[in-house]
Amino acid sequence: MIEVNDIHKSFGDAHILKGISTTFEKGKTNLIIGQSGSGKTVFLKCLLGLFTPEAGSILYDGKDYSTLSENEKRNLRQEMGMVFQGSALFDSMTVEGNVKFPLEMFTKQSQSEMRDRVNMVLKRVNLVDAHNKFPAEISGGMQKRVAIARAIVMNPKYLFCDEPNSGLDPKTAILIDDLIKEITEEYNITTIINTHDMNSVMQIGEKILFLKDGLKEWEGTKNEIFKTDNEAVTNFVYSSDLFKKVRQMYIEERH
Amino acid sequence: MNYLASIGSYSMMVVEVFRKPTKWRIMKSLILKEIDELVYGSLGIIIFISFFIGAVVAIQTALNLTNPIIPRSLIGFATRQSVILEFAPTFVSIIMAGKVGSYITSSIGTMRVTEQIDALEVMGVNSLNYLVFPKIIAMLFYPFAIAISMYVGIFGGWLAGVFGGFLTSADFVAGLQTDFVPFHIAYAFIKTLIFAFIIATIPSFHGFYMKGGALEVGKASTTSFVWTSVVIIILNYILTQLLLG
Ligand SMILES: Nc1ncnc2c1ncn2[C@@H]1O[C@H](COP(=O)(O)OP(=O)(O)O)[C@@H](O)[C@H]1O
Ligand SMILES: [Mg+2]
Repeated sequence: MIEVNDIHKSFGDAHILKGISTTFEKGKTNLIIGQSGSGKTVFLKCLLGLFTPEAGSILYDGKDYSTLSENEKRNLRQEMGMVFQGSALFDSMTVEGNVKFPLEMFTKQSQSEMRDRVNMVLKRVNLVDAHNKFPAEISGGMQKRVAIARAIVMNPKYLFCDEPNSGLDPKTAILIDDLIKEITEEYNITTIINTHDMNSVMQIGEKILFLKDGLKEWEGTKNEIFKTDNEAVTNFVYSSDLFKKVRQMYIEERH
Repeated sequence: MNYLASIGSYSMMVVEVFRKPTKWRIMKSLILKEIDELVYGSLGIIIFISFFIGAVVAIQTALNLTNPIIPRSLIGFATRQSVILEFAPTFVSIIMAGKVGSYITSSIGTMRVTEQIDALEVMGVNSLNYLVFPKIIAMLFYPFAIAISMYVGIFGGWLAGVFGGFLTSADFVAGLQTDFVPFHIAYAFIKTLIFAFIIATIPSFHGFYMKGGALEVGKASTTSFVWTSVVIIILNYILTQLLLG
């Protein structure tokens, strides 16, 4: 579980996060939604410790990041996995090299133990024939799978995904979303996903946090989001025709 | 731009490079890769340029040597002095600021814009140590390349001088041995080592702290080349004054 208390983040004069508080539960896919530029990535990078908020606190299962020693921070880091928007695979390494990298860096496992672990996670993300390919040689969907495999290879307690299905075709996007949700439940991870895609909300949303201009505009569950009266949320949700129809159905159901 | 702030963050970067070291087993293979890429991979161009510049220095000296009282062996002497003192350590380093420097800036800059550096940081890797340290160590081998440059440059001068009919081989060799000052070699290699450090770190700085996308990677490479060359030229002046002046 991650608890966020009133965090603020600025870059120079630009106040990006203006006091966000929320909690993200274990074993659930927590979604952060909002328009481009609403601060989703900055928020996620604060949760990851890549950015340090000027004010507020973040507690990881009760541990306050800012009060930890260097050593404890490093240990906490190893409990986090991150899937970047563009996958961020190391392009000088093969698929296998990418997934093995955290193991080589931070464990004392033997080569064969590492190979077993890498095979296992690559199989888990349904990628079996790409071990020796380089990131530039595989499709965007496969790159995302490798990125997920790399993020979970150390058995993280927390998984962060920044727009995991951006740039993918709708079918692949759904597969990736489902994969993240399955992994979250299987390993009981606290998963936080940034997205501006309503399909993902429909597909895998459990808890949903709506950001607008660096503030929490709304939060709730998937069912609640289709019923809310919050104008900013409904504008966002019903920006697509499909969801306008879904809303219509809800309303008809109520009568 | 605020130069003082840049010098400050450059210095802080250099300190950070030596903190929180990466596992030796991994670092070792990174260093070998960088030696291959930065030093070994540059030998071809270094040999090519050195040979021809050495030859041109010999020909220019010969053509300007119209006074019959001055011995022809001066051609060998002049080739040796210019190749060892300036051409190999300084001129070749400026070429390397272009070749190796732009490679370093664009490879680190690409890692920055594609969030690969963030990925390293998230895992808890000291990305500056991981990326820059192996380059600094690899560039410790750069003086070997410069030694080869000196040798090939002088050989080029000999070939052009003797086969161009400007002087005999014996005269050239006699010129090479005239007034030899061993400290000049030390001076040349002290310069080379310092330039090696500059070539490894200034382009890394420009790549590591760049912002933006692919277009900015190209711009960062250009800026990094300009600054690396400027710093080499200024340090060359200061070191020459300090060591020989
Ligand atoms: N490193 C940074 N430095 C300065 N401004 C930034 C930085 N990162 C993000 N921003 C700004 O913060 C705002 C929110 O960006 P971001 O979190 O990336 O939005 P989203 O992910 O929701 O599309 C944007 O206006 C962006 O320009
Ligand atoms: Mg974003």
